[in-house]
Amino acid sequence: MIATRIIPRLDIKGPNLVKGIHLEGLRVLGKPEDFARYYYENGADELMFMDVVASLYERNSLQDIISRTAKELFIPLTVGGGIRNLDNIKSVLRAGADKVSINTAAIKNPDFIKKAASKFGSSTIVLAIEAIKQPDGKYFAYIDNGREYTGLEVVEWAKRGEELGAGEIVITSVDREGTGIGFDTELIKSVADAVSVPVIAHGGAGKLSDFEEVLKNDVSAVAISSILHYKAITQFQSQKDKLEEGNLEFLKSGKKYSKIEALTIQEIKTAIASKGILTRN
Amino acid sequence: MTVNLKQVVIVDYELGNLFSVKHACNKVGLETILSFDKREIENASAIILPGVGAFGDAMDNLNKLDLAEPIKDFIATGKPFLGVCLGMQLLFEESEEFGAKKGLGIVPGVIKKFPKEFRNKKMRVPQIAWNQIEKPENVDWGTTALKGIKDKEFMYFIHSFYAQPIDRSDILTITNYNDFEYCSAIHNKNVSAMQFHPEKSGEIGLKIYDNFKNLIV
Repeated sequence: MIATRIIPRLDIKGPNLVKGIHLEGLRVLGKPEDFARYYYENGADELMFMDVVASLYERNSLQDIISRTAKELFIPLTVGGGIRNLDNIKSVLRAGADKVSINTAAIKNPDFIKKAASKFGSSTIVLAIEAIKQPDGKYFAYIDNGREYTGLEVVEWAKRGEELGAGEIVITSVDREGTGIGFDTELIKSVADAVSVPVIAHGGAGKLSDFEEVLKNDVSAVAISSILHYKAITQFQSQKDKLEEGNLEFLKSGKKYSKIEALTIQEIKTAIASKGILTRN
Repeated sequence: MTVNLKQVVIVDYELGNLFSVKHACNKVGLETILSFDKREIENASAIILPGVGAFGDAMDNLNKLDLAEPIKDFIATGKPFLGVCLGMQLLFEESEEFGAKKGLGIVPGVIKKFPKEFRNKKMRVPQIAWNQIEKPENVDWGTTALKGIKDKEFMYFIHSFYAQPIDRSDILTITNYNDFEYCSAIHNKNVSAMQFHPEKSGEIGLKIYDNFKNLIV
């Protein structure tokens, strides 16, 4: 029987691992390679790398990080951020990614998903949906890290994406992202029920009970960042002086982020396993 | 001092997970050559056939590069052969993907698509998951590439189609996806092939590449 995947999501800006709230206000946490290895050794089932600025400034320094990671870590790697055309996909896959996640380019040109799926196989193409809840309770898909409104209703877009050939969907609650107040289970459930491809829940994990709550639904995986990063960061404190670029204030202050528990992958797996959910080790 | 490294040819037919397979081989000390050269394939001491994507495209590429016969000839030599994911499926007679498409026909049986639901439960397809490999009764993994792997170990799967071998004796592992049981690896003389990705299954998956290395003379 299948195990629920725990997927650390690493937001990358230039050479650094960063983390924001609602996909904004990015703080530098350290070197992505250090965190990736630490998570691999702690039982990560997959790693998701997101180039959080590529979509805005046309840069793709992620490739180097991926190719170094792929030589040493033997679990699936999903890469997203700034993927615009078939050549982008090809070069990310050649660098060692197993799957690519696409948001902005898919919404601007849905046919891109179809072309990508037919060239590289559906199982290589992950549709990333960044959802924001509207005052009337409806969820809409946003692009460019939750900045730009598209008018696309989330469930409709998810179904369309599946028809076009996306093999998996990662659904992000921009409202919850980085806050630690729990997954938006209503949002996640509506997408998981509507499609027949695997669904990854993302955005809002802040404590152990959040996992139990979201996993009552038929989701295949959870993608998480802060909850793991704030624990992992204690491993790499000594290296913070080597970092040069970006917003280092948070890191140098040694502050904790109070709303989010600092947990390891093993602690999360043990907790959900005790609720009868199958995990790998 | 010269070190004589064991060498494997990874068939490069412009499709698939070439690099992750190469990295895994290198990690266990196996030297790799990526090749679509007929002679290199026929004369290899071991072959890995990787693959991700569509069965039809893959067979078209193998035929276009004129590699189907050299691969069959290599297998007939009795030297170690490993198929991974689509590289396992291609060994069968045909696939129902986009209408019947002929495979290499080395292992009797066909490739089928997962049903949309099984026992009234939705089957999410593709299966993208860590799932368990189970040892069929009367099968000994000790002499195969799965030596030292424990029963019900988790491996990484990503696929929409599965193999249905005709001969039960070809089945090396069984996997259960939402109660739907299917053959997830085969063995047939010098051929081992896995639907899952040992090169993406962590340190335990690497053990399979290490075992494969040890099969090479």
